[in-house]
Amino acid sequence: MKLSLGPLQYFWPRERTLAFYREAAHWPVDVIYLGETVCSKRRELATRDWIDLATELARSGKQVVLSSLALIEAESEVGVVKRLVAEGYGWIEANDLSAVQVCRERGVPFVAGPTLNVYNHRALALLMDDGLRRWVPGVEQGHALISELRNAMLAEGGAMPEVEVIAFGRLPLSFSARCFTARALDVPKDQCGFRCIDYPDGLPLATREGKPFLRINGIQIQGEEITDLGPELPMLRELDVDVLRLYPQAEGMAEVVAHFHLARRSPQPPPRIGARNGYWFGEPGMQVAGA
Amino acid sequence: MVAIGYGRALIRDKLIHVNAASASGDHDARTSTDTEVRMQLVCPAGNLPALQAAIAAGADAVYVGLRDETNARAFPGLNFSDAELQQGIAHAHAHGRKVYLALNTYPDSARLAQWHAAVDKAAVLGCDAIIAAELAVLDYASRTHPAMARHLSVQSSATTAPALRYMHERFGISRAVLPRVLSIQQVERLCETSPVPLEVFAFGSLCIMVEGRCQLSSYVTGASPNRHGVCSPAKYVRWDEHDDGRRSVRLNDVLIDRFEPSEPAGYPTVCKGRFDVGGETFHALEEPTSLNTLELLPRLAKAGVAALKIEGRQRGVAYVTAVTHTWRDALDRYRAAPDAWSAQPAWQTALTRHAEGHQTTLGPYHRRWH
Repeated sequence: MKLSLGPLQYFWPRERTLAFYREAAHWPVDVIYLGETVCSKRRELATRDWIDLATELARSGKQVVLSSLALIEAESEVGVVKRLVAEGYGWIEANDLSAVQVCRERGVPFVAGPTLNVYNHRALALLMDDGLRRWVPGVEQGHALISELRNAMLAEGGAMPEVEVIAFGRLPLSFSARCFTARALDVPKDQCGFRCIDYPDGLPLATREGKPFLRINGIQIQGEEITDLGPELPMLRELDVDVLRLYPQAEGMAEVVAHFHLARRSPQPPPRIGARNGYWFGEPGMQVAGA
Repeated sequence: MVAIGYGRALIRDKLIHVNAASASGDHDARTSTDTEVRMQLVCPAGNLPALQAAIAAGADAVYVGLRDETNARAFPGLNFSDAELQQGIAHAHAHGRKVYLALNTYPDSARLAQWHAAVDKAAVLGCDAIIAAELAVLDYASRTHPAMARHLSVQSSATTAPALRYMHERFGISRAVLPRVLSIQQVERLCETSPVPLEVFAFGSLCIMVEGRCQLSSYVTGASPNRHGVCSPAKYVRWDEHDDGRRSVRLNDVLIDRFEPSEPAGYPTVCKGRFDVGGETFHALEEPTSLNTLELLPRLAKAGVAALKIEGRQRGVAYVTAVTHTWRDALDRYRAAPDAWSAQPAWQTALTRHAEGHQTTLGPYHRRWH
């Protein structure tokens, strides 16, 4: 079972980001996803910088995948995807159909990111014709749904691509044309001042009863809970999951990686270090306690 | 080129023109010199009376759903039985109008056959198009019923020329509904580069998130708009009346909002609740408000937008009648005298009356929106 560092969802200062990946080069992760997936205005690292970082990390033996935006609105943003593809790095994480088409037109393999909405084996097979090599199921797809899809695929004589499951991190729940960070700080979206740089783990949103609920991360909304599928490793193995995705958080990622690295080599499932993910059990995602 | 009657005037069917153009490798379908093309008004019908009301008020087409999870408004008490759909199609066709069947949710592997059966039903009953988002559904429709038009649903979140090209080349879509995330400039630009005619949302409840990419309701309830066709399912909604006349509303026990005795309250969705961010309580994601693009009508027409969509299959006959009638009037007057057109206050008043929270916005069409 491989470990991956999912794309950095937050906006960190340039030096912090570079330092994070300098460290990550020495972590026991097999795959590193690089690039901006949330907001095209976040440019502490330019496209060129991400590509240079990819070169560096590839040299340290990691498989590098360049991730694209989940919501592409402008032609300039399509242009970035074309550049990532043209760089010839290998794989692209396609988080929307624009990236799928760019990869398809240029014959470049891609990873279907969790926002691509692949819910059944036929859709997966169609995308495999287009160059899909690895599939990250959407956040709401848990054990039963993935298992059902896999069985349907095999029953029809198809082969599954690699499957990568979000094993650790805050779940990306939704995307908008609105920047919720800008709205919360009452600044216009076009003059946001890149204030989300002040919230390296997102901006907490609680109910009117003070119950922590969601995280605001620019145009993205995440669940508050840092979900952890570590204890579910036996189920993941039984499902033939190939890659465990760990989303970068601001603190303690080296320890998180070490924890999962140990777990993947151990016959015993590890203790839970985050929250239970209800989705995995076919329940509401935020259901952290067993039903 | 064929001519199709829409009751009020003959217009050419641009879709067929586009398919012919794309077959010859010419993706710039909008080079059509077809001055007869006018924007089609596509209206919602949650049931047969609403369908009849929409047709009577001047809808060029109505969109409907079956009474199951195959469409994104799978609320109890809404939608069409087979017999009602048959009746609705007969009624619409008798008036020279069209019926589109929304099959715009995402089937998992075990339920795929149910969506395929719905596609077959649409073809057998004579729907003019299906509106779908999911690859396997579109693929099945294109192979099994190639003559039935396939419109790309907003739930597919196709926002760029390459995304539209993908759906067009792969599944032969002949129209695409744009998500409510683009600015007017972006819509105009996309009209120039899209391989297919575009339909945009003109009026109705504003979905704040990228359609088809929102798991907020699912995170809280486990029932998802993508998989089950419902946002904030009624069975998870709980209203509590307090002694002082205040009300609070919960979704699966999560407090979405509290209301003062005199305060109007809409249907509770996570995105339109009030929450605490940084010590302040406010509509952190969106106020209850409706999208209204009436004042953009000339720009949308000049850009070559093929159809305007009214949201609201969950709304009643009064809404459908008033909103359809208003937009029909606005469109007819624009068509009669484009240069003299301006958004009339009476239209805006009528639309605002039917808007969520009695307020409207240009939403993402406007860059200042945040």
